[in-house]
Amino acid sequence: MKTTDNLNMSTEDLIREENLVYKKTECMTDAVLSFCPGCGHGVIHRLTMEVVEEMGIQSDTIGIASVGCSVLAYDFMNVDMTGAAHGRAPAVATGIKRCWPDKFVFTYQGDGDLAAIGTAETIHACNRGENITIIFVNNGIYGMTGGQMAPTTLEGMKSSTTPYGRDISLMGNPIKITELVSQLPGTYYVTRQAVHTPSAVRKAKKAIRTAFESQKLKKGLSLIEFVSNCNSGWKMTPVEANKWMEEHMFPFYPLGDIKVEGKLIK
Amino acid sequence: MAKVRGAIVVDVERCKGCEICIDSCPTSVIRMSPTVNNKGYRYAYMENPENCTGCSNCAIVCPDGVITVYRKKIEVEI
Ligand SMILES: Cc1ncc(C[n+]2csc(CCOP(=O)(O)OP(=O)(O)O)c2C)c(N)n1
Ligand code: SF4
Ligand code: SF4
Ligand code: SF4
Repeated sequence: MKTTDNLNMSTEDLIREENLVYKKTECMTDAVLSFCPGCGHGVIHRLTMEVVEEMGIQSDTIGIASVGCSVLAYDFMNVDMTGAAHGRAPAVATGIKRCWPDKFVFTYQGDGDLAAIGTAETIHACNRGENITIIFVNNGIYGMTGGQMAPTTLEGMKSSTTPYGRDISLMGNPIKITELVSQLPGTYYVTRQAVHTPSAVRKAKKAIRTAFESQKLKKGLSLIEFVSNCNSGWKMTPVEANKWMEEHMFPFYPLGDIKVEGKLIK
Repeated sequence: MAKVRGAIVVDVERCKGCEICIDSCPTSVIRMSPTVNNKGYRYAYMENPENCTGCSNCAIVCPDGVITVYRKKIEVEI
């Protein structure tokens, strides 16, 4: 029917199953997320599960939750999951993947987990080239425990243990662990993404897909860093935190692919 | 000529009022409610529903995944 009246179609008329274009994936459970308002963890959880849904691998995926704000990932992601002691997720993933080489195995870790207490596990899993996917959420802080300095905390950045800003002469330099592991022969795909805008979200999802597809082809380890916010720890509103992240985190942690198909591109 | 109309449905009780969806909307459809939900958060709603194109930007950036999007192409004669 061609009439101009159609343009005035009411919202109620639009809200019909046949017009549905986006809803939360069923690979997420119905549990209410435990994260603070505006926290990037929620988007990263959902994107990971959207990729699992689109690849049709829900019953073939095993996730390893780590210690940090995402410790309850197994309550939110509707796939088989286990939890690992702080920092040990890549070691647990190694064991699981070696027992079930045809399953899709991923870890989900914060920067405190992956780049502080778990540095050894991270580096050695990457160096061995375990055929797993590491989802690494870098919010520059220990979110769960009250916003203490992490190895990733920027120079001058305030945290509860660096109230005057991180002084590198005293506390050392922030670590770019993603660039570091990209140097290891076992890593196949290494990239840095964000989820604060629609275009960033679309790119981030493609990156997760690439990582899972590489795992299917048994190519080696993929690591996706997400530069994310911790508005509670940073003591900002969610919108301010995202702006601060663009202005301060992205210059030091630039977004984009670092290693593709086993070759360094940066 | 085809024109696109869209609509969003916000799961009001799960919205945490973070306001991230507001900036992501290219046509300024969304605002925060003056009242709060049972958790005490103001929630997102369509202030200008006629401007929604169903692009899904708001839904994909929503950390809590509480936005569902509908979209329809409408043929109009000019
Ligand atoms: C062995 C051990 N040491 C210390 C802790 C305390 N702890 C819990 S979460 C955490 C840091 C988490 O930070 P991060 O990995 O950055 O995740 P976020 O909460 O920021 O998402 C620490 C140190 C612990 N649970 N176990
Ligand atoms: S403390 Fe920070 S990382 Fe943890 S849920 Fe809140 S905003 Fe997210
Ligand atoms: S679907 Fe697009 S146009 Fe509609 S409210 Fe969301 S962001 Fe705005
Ligand atoms: S992004 Fe989601 S949780 Fe945040 S205000 Fe909008 S609808 Fe609510």
